[in-house]
This record gives sequence, C-alpha cells and structure tokens, in this order.
Amino acid sequence: MDFLTISTLGYPLLSILIFLPLAGAAVLPLLRSDNAARYWALIVTIAVAVLSLQLYSHFDPSSARYQFGETMPWITSLHINYTVGVDGISLLLVLMTTLLMPLCVLGSWRYIEKRVKEFMFCLLLMETSMVGVFAALDFVLFYVLWEAMLIPMYLLIAIWGGPRKEYASIKFFLYTLAGSVLLLAAIIGLYLSQGTFSIPAMMGKPYSMIFQTCVFLAFFLAFAIKVPMFPFHTWLPAAHVEAPTAGSVILASVLLKMGTYGFLRFCLPITPDATRMFLPYVLWLSVAGILYGGFTALAQKDMKKLIAYSSVGHMGFVTLGIFVLNQRGIEGAILQMLNHGITTGALFFCVGMIYERTHSRELDHAAGIGKFVPIYVTFLTVFSLSSLAFPGTNSFTGEFLILSGSFAKHKLLSACAIPGAVLAAAYMLRMLQRMIWGGTKNPEHAGLTDLSAREVIILAPLLVFVFWIGFAPAPFMNVMHASVSQLIEQAGVHSAQAPSMASLMFP
Amino acid sequence: MDAIVSVKPLLAVLAALAGSLLVMLSGKRPNVRESFSTLAAAIMFCIVLSMVPDVAPAPLGQGRTLVCPLASLLPGVNIAFRADPFSMIFALAASFLWIIAVFYSMGYMRGLREHAQTRFNACFALALFGAMGVAFSDSLLTLYLFYEIVSITTYPLVAHHQDEEGYEGAKKYIVYLTTTAKGLILPAMILIYVLTGSLDFAHNIRQGIFPPDVNALLVTILYVCCILGFAKNGIMPFHNWLPGAMVAPTPVSALLHAVAVVKVGVFCTTRVMLYVFGTDIMQALNLGVPTAYFVSFTILAASIIALSKDNLKARLAYSTVSQLSYIVLGVALLTPDGIQGGLIHIANHAFSKITLFFCAGAIYVATHKKSISEMSGLGRVMPFTFAAFAVASLSMIGAPPVAGFVTKWKLLVGAMEMPAHSTGILLVLLASTILNAAYFAPVTYRAFFGKRPDGEADTGIQEAPLAMVVPLMIAAFISLIMGIYPDFFMMFVKAVTG
Repeated sequence: MDFLTISTLGYPLLSILIFLPLAGAAVLPLLRSDNAARYWALIVTIAVAVLSLQLYSHFDPSSARYQFGETMPWITSLHINYTVGVDGISLLLVLMTTLLMPLCVLGSWRYIEKRVKEFMFCLLLMETSMVGVFAALDFVLFYVLWEAMLIPMYLLIAIWGGPRKEYASIKFFLYTLAGSVLLLAAIIGLYLSQGTFSIPAMMGKPYSMIFQTCVFLAFFLAFAIKVPMFPFHTWLPAAHVEAPTAGSVILASVLLKMGTYGFLRFCLPITPDATRMFLPYVLWLSVAGILYGGFTALAQKDMKKLIAYSSVGHMGFVTLGIFVLNQRGIEGAILQMLNHGITTGALFFCVGMIYERTHSRELDHAAGIGKFVPIYVTFLTVFSLSSLAFPGTNSFTGEFLILSGSFAKHKLLSACAIPGAVLAAAYMLRMLQRMIWGGTKNPEHAGLTDLSAREVIILAPLLVFVFWIGFAPAPFMNVMHASVSQLIEQAGVHSAQAPSMASLMFP
Repeated sequence: MDAIVSVKPLLAVLAALAGSLLVMLSGKRPNVRESFSTLAAAIMFCIVLSMVPDVAPAPLGQGRTLVCPLASLLPGVNIAFRADPFSMIFALAASFLWIIAVFYSMGYMRGLREHAQTRFNACFALALFGAMGVAFSDSLLTLYLFYEIVSITTYPLVAHHQDEEGYEGAKKYIVYLTTTAKGLILPAMILIYVLTGSLDFAHNIRQGIFPPDVNALLVTILYVCCILGFAKNGIMPFHNWLPGAMVAPTPVSALLHAVAVVKVGVFCTTRVMLYVFGTDIMQALNLGVPTAYFVSFTILAASIIALSKDNLKARLAYSTVSQLSYIVLGVALLTPDGIQGGLIHIANHAFSKITLFFCAGAIYVATHKKSISEMSGLGRVMPFTFAAFAVASLSMIGAPPVAGFVTKWKLLVGAMEMPAHSTGILLVLLASTILNAAYFAPVTYRAFFGKRPDGEADTGIQEAPLAMVVPLMIAAFISLIMGIYPDFFMMFVKAVTG
C-alpha cells in the first residue's frame, strides 16, 4: 500500500467522520419531540464539522499520497477491503460536505413541519454516504456508498418535495441508477483484469485501448449523468424544483460534485489514453453545456429552475477545466467545484427563505422585495454576483483559473465558452433586478419580514467563504498542488500510444 | 522611478466606501447623511492631495511611486494599488469634483424633493469608490474589479426614477457595460495572463508587459478587445448606453458624464494602451494610426448627432461621446505631445463638462425646461448659470484661455509631430472644433440674445438655489484657471511621458 499514509492521529478520524452521522441517525428514533430531533441533528452535524477541521490542520500538502489512511479486510474471499483516505482532490470536498450539513439542518428548521425525525434521519444518512464516497479507496466500498446515497435523496424529494414530487423523484432515481449500472459493469471489468478492488492500484496500468475505451465510456456515462453534463441534464431541474431546500442544497452542492470527482478520480488516472481520445468531444460538450445552461436559465420564471440551469452552465466550466488536462485547468476545476457548492448552495437557501415567506418560487411574485427585506437582498446580491463570477468573489478565481488553463491549450474552444460567462451575468442580473427593483407595478409585499438570526447564521459563513476564496485562495490551492501534479502525470503516462484526434479537431 | 510602500492609495479608496456605509446607516436624517457624504469627499480629497508631494515630479515633489499590495489570487495575479503621476491626474480631478458634486446634488435633490435620497447618496459614494479604485489600480485585475464595481453601483443611480423610462435606460446601460466587459475584457485579460504570466502594469509607458517574441496577430486581437471592451469610454459602436442613461437625475448625469463613469472608461483604455501594451509594441505593430482614425469617426459622428439634439442633456451626452475620443486619439498618436494632450483632457474635460451638466440641472430646477429651444432669453434672468455655461462651452470648443485650449494645442502639436498621416488627423481636429462651436455657441447666444417667449417675462424665474449655483461657478472658474495656468496638471502629464 505505497499510496496510502496511515493515519497517525491515534484514532480513525475518517471512519469517525463517516460513521458518526450514522450513529447519530440511529439515536433519532428514540427521541420524543420534533424539536429534540432538530437539535440532535444539529449537534451531530456540528460535531462532525468540527472534527473534520482536523483533516485540514493535519494534512500534509507536500505529499500526493492518500492521507489519514485506514485499511482493514472486509470480504476477504473477493479481495474487498475497507480502505479510506483523502488526498488533495478529495480533502476540500469532504470539508465542504461536513461544513454544509449543519447549515442544511438549520435551513430545514421551519421549512420541514411533518415527519421531522425521518427527515433528519435521511440527512444524516446522506452525510455518511457522501463523506464515504469522497474518502473511499476501494471500489466496492465506493459503489455501495454511491448507491446508498440514492435512497435517502430519493426519499427527501419523494416525501418532502413539491407538487410534482413523484415525477421528479422517479426521474432522478432512474437516471442515476442507469448510470450506476454501467459504473458497476466497469468496476467488475477492472476487477477481472487486475484482481483487486483497490482504486489506486488500478491507476497507471497498461490496459489495452479497447478495454480503456469501454471502461471510459461506462465511467463517463455514469458521471456525466451525475454532473450533469449536457445532454444528460434533464433530471436536474425537475429534481431541484421539487426538492425541499436542504435537498436542493445537498443535491447542488455535493451530489453534482460526485460526477466531476469521478472524472478526476477514475477517468483520468485509470483510462488516460481513452480520456485523451475522447477529450475533444467532452470539451465541446462542456462548451455546449455552458451555453445551453446560460440560455435556458435566461428564460426561466421559476427561481429554482433558473439556478438549476445555471448549475448546468457552471458544471460545464468544471468539466472544461478537468479535460484541458493541465495544472491550472484542473486546479481551477476543483476550486470551482467548491465554489459552486458554496454559491449555489447559498442561492438555494435564499430561494428557500423567500418560499417560506411567500409560498411561491415565481420570480414575478418576488418582484420588488428589495425595499422590504434589505438584509436578505444584500446577501442575495453578493451570492448572485458570486454566481456570475464577479471579480473578488470565489467563482471569479475558479473561472479565471479554468479559462487560463483552457486558453493556454485551445484558444478557439475557450473563446466559444466566453458567451457563457456573459450569459451568467445576464441571467443573474436579470434575477437580481426583478427581485430588488421589479417594475413599475410590483405585487404587494408590505407584510414581508426580513431575515431572522437563524437565517443570517446560515448565510453568513457562506458569505465569508465567497470573499475568502475571492481574495486569498492560497490556503485552498496549496493543498491540491501535489495531488494535481501527480494526476496530470498519471493522465499523460502512456502518451506514446495516444491517438491524436485532438489535432484533427483543433487546427 | 523608485517605489515606496504606502497605505495612502488604499485609504483614499476606502474613504468613499466608509462614506457610503455611514450614509446607509444614517438613514432618514438628511443633514447627518449629507454631512457624512461631504466629510468622506473632503477626506478623500485631502488624502489624494497629501500624495502630491510624494508623487509629483521635482521640484514640487519627489517623483516617487506609492504602491500598496493587498491580496494575491495567483502568482502574478494581484490586487494592488499604485499612485503614480498617471493616476494622480484622474484621482485629483475626481476627488475634488466629488466635493462640489455633493453640494450640488444636495441642492438639486432637495430642490426637486426626490425620493430615495439615501440610496442615491450611498450609491454616489460607491461609484466614487469604484472610480478611485480604478485610478489607483496597479494591475489589470484590480482595474477590472473596480471597473465592474462602477458598473454595478451606478445602476441604481441611472434607474433612480423607477419609471418605465428609467428601467429601460438602466437596462440598456447595464447590458452594454457588462456584456462588453465580460465578453471582451475578461477573455483578453486571461489571454494576457496566459501569454505573460502576470497582470501587473509596466512601470513606464514604453515597454508594456508582453515578451518580445509574442504573436503579433494575437496581440492585435487583444488590443482591439481592450479598446472596445471598456465600453464606458463611449467609443462607437458601443456608445449607445450613454444617451440611454440620460434619464437619470442631472447630478448623476454630471457624475456619469464628467467624473466617474466615462472617465473610468477612458482611463482604463489609456492605462491599458500605455502600461500593458506600451508605445513600443503599438508602434511596432502599427496600432496607433488605425486607432486614431477609428476614434476620429466617433469624434465627428457624435458631434454631428449632437447638432441635431434639442434636449440640452442629450446634446451634452453626445458632446461627451465626442470629447472622450479626444483622449484616446491623443494617446493613439504615440507622440509625446499627443499623449500629453490626451491625458490632460481627462482633467480638462472633467471640470468643463461637469460645469455644463450642473448648468443643465440648475436650469431644470429653476425653470423645469429641458429643451434648448425653450431657453431663449433665460441668460438675462440666470446670468451666473449661463455665464458659467459660456465659459465651459468655450473650453469644449477649445478656445483660449479656457482649459480645452490646452488640450487642443497639445493635440495639434502632437499630430504635427507624427511621421505620417498628420494631415488627416489635423483635419479631424479642425472639423470637430467647428462642429463643437456649431452646437455649443447657439445655446449661449440664444440664452443671452434670444427673445423670451410671450407671457413668460414676469413669471419670476430666477437663479437656482445657491447650493447649485456656487458649485457650478467654482467648476467654471477652475476650467478658466486650468486654461491660464495649466502647469499643475501638466506637471503630472509630463511625468507620464517622461
């Protein structure tokens, strides 16, 4: 296990982070009142968040190895182990997940009125599987948790969702399941080829081109649905619109990142030759997604749909950064995954807060609220500006890195993505204009109350991160340098046999 | 030129931000609110003034550059401030004019009992925050950051009246400015970073930041992106937001068209031309002359459109479009005198144009008249306002001894110094002078010598409130001083060209 640095903390930190929420969930049925369930869930998620900070403080940024490693046999007859560890790619995603969860609990405080215990149970279950997916270094463990995530998410939409919850939840489930089946096939194929389920052990092996192509396509479909990349995105708006606030936040902030994380963890290092062969198509698909997401978002009347389509565009930037295969592009993509989690999560919280007050997500119904809820619109303005990559906010840093990576490689392609950045400004400023100012005839909002202390507590930490990453991204960038360099090396190892289709598509 | 670290540029920028926050907090107490605005403006001007002994060239100052690094996004991508002679031209003009603009808008807004005055004052201060940030920026990223801040914070000012017309104008305004910034400047900035590995400005106007073996076609494309992308500079074809933004209250128009917004545009354009590309590359790639002819079209076309406008503010708006291109034209000549003429026009045009807009606002408050054709004979009841108007319009025409004359003189000398093509540029300058006279002179003539419309002789029209007349007199007076004694600003301009 030369890829794994065994944890030296004296206690299994990653396992605690993975299983503490599960243990917390097990206690929930014993609690009597709804309020107790709320407080318990909050305590558990805060405990996990605080514990997870140690990951950052004890992380060694100079090493590309997986750290905080733990390994033990699980099903010995099939060579399945319980192996976990984080590197510079997954570290920030784990931290984002653990830090967002207390906010999700707080955001559901008033929103969820029925079956509170069950709701909190689902949230905690989600946390276990999400942290587990990012930390897993064994394919079976990864797959089990990947699938386990679907069930609580399905329930979150199907039970606490909006009027079309059945349609949305089934669509979400079927789409992701279809991808998962292919993922399973690829995993079994790799196992038959290598005789192990250890993810790092599968990297950098001389697979045949045809094998790589098949595995890549299976991976790609599974992850592209999850991201979602255009044209596999149609489940996303439906799921977002119907999901409760916390569901939307988790979906946008964490679940979408699993797809791009999959590209980074599996496609690039395990099937590098196939990656380079399909690279032009993936890049153009990313650009198509950026433009498509932007145009569609511009036409939306439902705020949640608007943000959902904007996610398609933003995730297009992430995949663009990943597949330009250079340091800046990939680092920008990882940073942008984080940024999208912060900003879009915050925007979904904002929409949820308006929905709690007006029981409508229609942009027209919220027209002209600026005068009545000044604190709310201040937050909304900052997060919207962040979403359109205003300089000085987190997304600008990410987009700048991604585009500087892609301009260095493919100028024409990158220029085609620029209208997407313009569109982002257009739809976000349009939303802001409608909400703050409206028109000459606005609906009556006199009874609207401004944000409560609880709601400010939800949004304020996200605001801090918006400016922190916007002005001083070094603490976030430093941890990923070593791992990204190694990843690029892995993706380019067998460059000798790579077919140069790229040269055909980029004159 | 030696550089020393100083927080003064940062403080000057923050003064406006702090002023804006205090204005927001003071809420419904108008006197407290306006005293915060005044205080912030005065403090900002004092800080800028205190930099003169450091930055000004000998014998008045020490000829040093003040720098203030703030944050670093990536290696070579910094947010940093710098005070050099080039920034002082803009910073001095903008910070001084803010003080008199505060008084003027107090008179205007209270005189018309406008709504949402707190928002108005707060956004006004925020716009100055952005403008000051642009003036003192030390890298393309900082410049872009504050350029965008100006776009966003002036939206509420343009949409101030919140009627259909206001929203339409403001929409046009924000669409033009953000589309060009995101669509042209952002990719240009990223490509420049990819090519050079740094976004910091060069330290003189010659070298630029590009490596010597750079692809000429690529640099030309980037150059075009930068000229067109800073659409606040009003260069055609992206000038249309400016007349559209005329729906704003007059102090905003004055701020927009004279001090903050358009000057931010030309400042960014010229800063990038001189300190990112540099005169060496512009000469080597032969970018100067085409730019000069390109903006010449704007100079002439906007003047011709201005002739046809009867609405005083619309005429002034097109005059602004035309005059801004003088600044870019001067720099594009690439001769020392041409560059000096262009840069000093940043200050000259600021003082003269703000006078004209102040006059237009004073006329509106006193008489509720917007059209030039209704202003016959008004000069006899509003002598101070129209006298100031006459002085400032002489400056626009370029007649001695007002500020604009210095510009015109330098531009003409600069054009003659050109190795080739000087005849064409000279003709443009002459034609535009005649056009300027053609659209400004009738206003003054009609006001003083025209016949009052029947039945209006005894309606008791008199000068606007003192809070408006005094600022516009001061601005006009300074325009005159700058024509007679141009050395103060000329000192900085000469330090830029070295």
